[in-house]
Amino acid sequence: MPDMYIYLFIMAGVSYLIRVLPMTLIRKPIKNKFIQSFLYYVPYVTLAVMTFPAVIEATQSPVSGLIAFAVGVLAAWLGADLFRTAVFCCAAVLAAELFL
Amino acid sequence: MGCKIKKYTLKNTCNQAAFRDGMRDGIPIGLGYFAVSFSLGIAAKNAGLTPFQGFLASFLCNASAGEYAGFTLIAAGAAYVELAVVTWITNARYLLMSCAMSQRLDPDMPGYHRFLMAFHITDELFGIAIARPGCLNPYYSYGAVLMAAPCWAFGTALGVAAGSLLPLRLVSAFSVALYGMFLAVIIPAARKDRVIAALIICCFAASFCAAYLPVFSGMSGGTRTILLTLVLSTAAALLFPKEEESKNA
Repeated sequence: MPDMYIYLFIMAGVSYLIRVLPMTLIRKPIKNKFIQSFLYYVPYVTLAVMTFPAVIEATQSPVSGLIAFAVGVLAAWLGADLFRTAVFCCAAVLAAELFL
Repeated sequence: MGCKIKKYTLKNTCNQAAFRDGMRDGIPIGLGYFAVSFSLGIAAKNAGLTPFQGFLASFLCNASAGEYAGFTLIAAGAAYVELAVVTWITNARYLLMSCAMSQRLDPDMPGYHRFLMAFHITDELFGIAIARPGCLNPYYSYGAVLMAAPCWAFGTALGVAAGSLLPLRLVSAFSVALYGMFLAVIIPAARKDRVIAALIICCFAASFCAAYLPVFSGMSGGTRTILLTLVLSTAAALLFPKEEESKNA
């Protein structure tokens, strides 16, 4: 019978290694232009990919998720900060699901 | 915050300000984490974890998809090696994020900050840290972690203990907080840079297709994220290489 704490130790160890290795091993600025550009685009691509269509599946109804998505894009475009954008999205879902 | 970091201690007012900013920006992340980790706790409970073990898992792993996949394996009584491999794959995107962060660190920063900052690289905390101009300030990250990490860990424990007591309506509303934050990171960048704007639209479209096309939809969300990130970032880097190294963010 596998031990639960060994399971958790493995999960924690692997999760930390994967995060700590690049940060501690890469000490110098990377000169290669391709890698530089690649790493510059990575955060935007990852976040965009994780946002859509996941946001429509997160809510009880896809319509309210879609509304939250639209509200979030609009709010961020108009200059709302992280907290406000998040609150607007939550409020949009609460409001939308009253009617759905 | 254009101020230059001179000393990496909390005596520096600039670091104190960064710490406070981090705490402020960590609150919405914590709210979103709470909702997500609550449902993660339900998965942990099904895998036979106690509330304390759920707390421990989330406190140490800080990974939504990775933990979820792990709990599923634990529930199935999987081998240790299998658990290690799956944890590695589902968390592979953090490897990329860690690479990206390594390029934004001040070379003069004491090395131990690298070990501390690495502990809590998550989608959200990475997103807000990288969105700030200049070198990353470790205290900004610590502030955000201080607010967000306890929510994640306690949310999981509560999910194990309380199951499905939170009204669905609230879970539903909370769960979009994370996505709102993602948008708040990427949309302002899209407004400034047309290449990023076009790239983000491509990402939405590609991600939508991948989620519903038969070949890709069978993959886990984490695997799809890695694949799409690699392909789309490579394409963007080949087609629109960044001019000069400075001023990214």
